[in-house]
Amino acid sequence: MRPIRVLMFGWEFPPFISGGLGTACYGIVQGLLKNNIDVTFVVPSMKGLKSNNICKVIDANEISISDYELKKRLLAKNIFIRNISPYIINLPKRFSINEEQLEFFRSSGILAFTGNYGENLMREVFYYSIIGRILGENKDFDIIHCHDWLSYPAGIAAKQVSGKPLVVHIHATEFDRSGENINHDVYNIEKEGFEKADKIVAVSYYTKNILINRYGIFPDKIKVVHNAVSKETHIQRFGIKKPLKEKIVLFLGRVTMQKGPEYFIQAASLVLKKMKNVRFVMAGSGDMLTRMISYQAFLKMSRNFHFTGFLQDVDVERMYAVSDLFVMPSVSEPFGIAAFEALLFDVPVIISKQSGVSEVLPEAVTVDFWDVYKLADTIVDLLKHEKKAKSVALACKKRLENICWELVGQKLSMIYSELIGG
Amino acid sequence: MVGVCFYFQIHQPFRLRENYSFFDIGVNHFYEDAEKNAMICRKVSQKSYLPANRIILELIRRFEGKFRVAFSISGVALEQFELYMPEVISSFQELAKTGCVEFLCETYYHSLAFLFSKKEFKEQVLLHKKKIEQLFGKKPVTFRNTELIYSNELASFIEKMGFKTIIAEGADQILGWRSPNFLYRPINSYKINLLLKNYRLSDDIAFRFSNREWSEWPLTAEKYSVWLHSLAGQAEIINLFMDYETFGEHHWEDTGIFNFLFKLPEEILKHPDFIFVTPSEVEKYFTPVSKIDAPYYISWADLERDLTAWMGNPIQNEALRFVYSLEKDLNKLKDPELYHVWRKLQTSDHFYYMCTKWFSDGDVHKYFNPYKSPFDAYIIYTNVLNDLYETIKEKLALKRKKDVRKKISV
Repeated sequence: MRPIRVLMFGWEFPPFISGGLGTACYGIVQGLLKNNIDVTFVVPSMKGLKSNNICKVIDANEISISDYELKKRLLAKNIFIRNISPYIINLPKRFSINEEQLEFFRSSGILAFTGNYGENLMREVFYYSIIGRILGENKDFDIIHCHDWLSYPAGIAAKQVSGKPLVVHIHATEFDRSGENINHDVYNIEKEGFEKADKIVAVSYYTKNILINRYGIFPDKIKVVHNAVSKETHIQRFGIKKPLKEKIVLFLGRVTMQKGPEYFIQAASLVLKKMKNVRFVMAGSGDMLTRMISYQAFLKMSRNFHFTGFLQDVDVERMYAVSDLFVMPSVSEPFGIAAFEALLFDVPVIISKQSGVSEVLPEAVTVDFWDVYKLADTIVDLLKHEKKAKSVALACKKRLENICWELVGQKLSMIYSELIGG
Repeated sequence: MVGVCFYFQIHQPFRLRENYSFFDIGVNHFYEDAEKNAMICRKVSQKSYLPANRIILELIRRFEGKFRVAFSISGVALEQFELYMPEVISSFQELAKTGCVEFLCETYYHSLAFLFSKKEFKEQVLLHKKKIEQLFGKKPVTFRNTELIYSNELASFIEKMGFKTIIAEGADQILGWRSPNFLYRPINSYKINLLLKNYRLSDDIAFRFSNREWSEWPLTAEKYSVWLHSLAGQAEIINLFMDYETFGEHHWEDTGIFNFLFKLPEEILKHPDFIFVTPSEVEKYFTPVSKIDAPYYISWADLERDLTAWMGNPIQNEALRFVYSLEKDLNKLKDPELYHVWRKLQTSDHFYYMCTKWFSDGDVHKYFNPYKSPFDAYIIYTNVLNDLYETIKEKLALKRKKDVRKKISV
C-alpha cells in the first residue's frame, strides 16, 4: 500500500521556533515518518533558515504564484477585491487586501510573510489561507492536517478546493493564552476550524473539555492524543557540576499569565520562611517578566531567587541538569512538554491540576495553581525528603518510557486511515 | 566682592559584565567588564579630562593665581586612571603643584554609605582622604558627598570629622525664597561652612550649552559673564558645580565648549569686583549669612533633587538592602580584598542604572546606562552579589574551622 500523504500546515518548524508549538510539530512529524506517513510541512516562513530535512518543507514565502499559473485564475475570480465573505472564511473585514497590496501581489507574485506573531498576524493568517488554497489545488495528497488557529484558515481553504478530509490539531486555545479576556477574532477562527474539520485532535482531555464547554464541539468529534518528548539530549546530568550547594527549584517557560509565574514567586517566598538553603530560578521571558522581577525584589528575595531570561537550547538542558525540583504552576496548560523535559534529567516535578500533562503522569505531584500555600508545602516536603522526591521522579520517568512521538504518530495515522477509508 | 567658585566632579564606576548570569554564581568571580571600563576611561580621558586639564593649567599660569578651581575625584575613578590612564593622574598632579587647585574629599567608592552605615561611610571618607593626600600632597578640608546628597545629619557628622566646608545642591526645598549665592551654615553647626550650588547657572553650562532649542543658544563666554556680572551687589559667592565631563564628553569639542572655558576667566575678571575662589578659601572673604535647615535628604540628581534616582523602586531597595546586609560578615573577616570588592559594588551608579523613572530625566539615565534595561541591571547586580555572598560564606566557614583549631592548640 502506498503511504498516506499528508499536507500539514503549521506556523513554525525547527530550526525556527519561538515557543513549544514548533517543537511539538517537529515531534509529530518525526512520529508520522516512523509510521510510514508521507508528510509535506508548510510554514509561512523559515526565516532563511534551512529545515532539518526530515520531511519536505514548503516555505510559503517562496511560493511564487505564477509558477502555479494560478495568478490569473485567482485574480479573474476577483477574490481579493471583493469583500472576503464569499471567500474561504469570515476573516474580519479590516484584514482584507487593499488595492495597493494587490498591486504588489500582481507585480511580484509572492505573498510576503514574516512568520512572526506581530501586529500583522491577522493579515498573515489570511495570506496563509491563500497559500492553503493554492496548495490544495495543486498538490497531490490524501489528507490535510493543521496546527493551531493560525493555520486553520489555510487548512479549511485546502479542504474546500480539494475535498480532502481535514484534521485540526489543537495545542492551545485562546482561553489558555488569554484567560477570560479572549480575542474574539481568534476565537471565531478556532471555532470555525473545529466545525469545518472532519476530526479534531486535542493534546489532552483538559483541552478536549475546553472545546466541549467553550466552543460547543460535539465530544465524539474530538480525539485526544497526548504529546510526547524527544529523548535525545545534548548533555548528561552527570557531566554538569553543580556550583551551588543549595537546592534549586526551577520554573521554566514563558513568563506570561498562562504559566502562573506569580504563584511560583509567592510560593517561593513562603518556602523561604521555612528553609533557607534553597534557590529558586525563573527561566524564560515574557510580558510579565519585569513585573515579576519587581515582585521578587519587593519580597526581598534577591539572595534566593534568580532570573535567567530566555535560555537557548544547551542552556535549557544545563538548567534542568542543575535543578532539584521543577514546578509548573500553569493557570491553564493544554499540555506542558516542559514537565517531560525535566523528567529526562531526573528532576521531580510539581504540576498544576490545570495542566494536560498530569493526565499521563498520575504519579506526579499536582496542586491547584492558585493554592500557593499547598504549593509551598509540597516544595518543602519534596526538598526535605529526598527519597520521596526521587521516587516521584522515578515513577514519572517510568511513564515516560511508554511515551514517544512514534506512538503519537501511530495514533494519528489511525485517525488518517479512518478518515480516508471512511 | 563676588567670588566665583568652580568645582568639577570626576567619577567613573567599575561597570559590571553584562553577561554575568545565574550560571556564573559560585564559579566566576570576575565581575567587572575590564575591557569596557578601560575603553570608557581612555575615551573620556582623551576627549575630556586631558584637554580640559591642559586648558585649566594654561589659564592658571596666565592669570598668575587669579584663576582657581576645585576638583573632586572619586577613589574608584583614581584607581581606573592608575590602571588605564596614568597620565591623567600626573596631569592632575601638575595642576596640584600650581597651588591654585583644591581637591575635595568624598567617599572613596562614590557610595551611598551614609544612608546605610555611618561606620562604613566614615571608613570610606578616611580612605579617600588618605588617597588624595598621598597623590596630591594636601589634606582635603572640604567635603562633598556622593551626588551632593546632603542633610543636617550629614553636615553634623562631617563637622565632627574635622572638615571646614561642605558642599550641597542649592535645592529649592531647603533654600525656599533665599538665594544660593551666599555663604550659609548648616542649622546644627557652629564652624562648618555650607556652599550651595547655583543650579541654574551651573546647568546653563552643564546641560544647556549645546542645546540648539534653548533660547540662549549659542552661549558665549561674554554673554555668560554678563549674567554673572549682573549679580554684583546681590550675590557674594556663585557656586558653579558640574561634572568635569561637561567639557568634551557631554558637550563635544565641536560645540565650542573648550573655547568657552578658555575665554571665561578673562571675561569674568573684566569686572573688578569679581574673583575666583575655591571652596575652602571662601571663609577668607565671606561669613555665613544664615543657617540652612535640611531635615530631609537632597541631592543634585534629576528634577526632584532627592534620592529617587538611586532608591525608591523595589529593585533598587532590594539591591541596596542586599549589599549593605553583607557588612556584618565582612567585618568579621576583615579581608582587605573582599572589602574592596564589596565596596566597589556600593558605587551609586549601580543603583542609578536600576532607576525606572523614564520621564524627563529618563534620557539622562539611559545615556549613562550600560545595560539594556533597569531590570537587566538589577539581575546582573544581584547575581554578582550572590557570588560575593557565596565567597564570604566559604571564607567564614574556613575561618571558623581555623579558630576552633587555634583554641584546641592553645
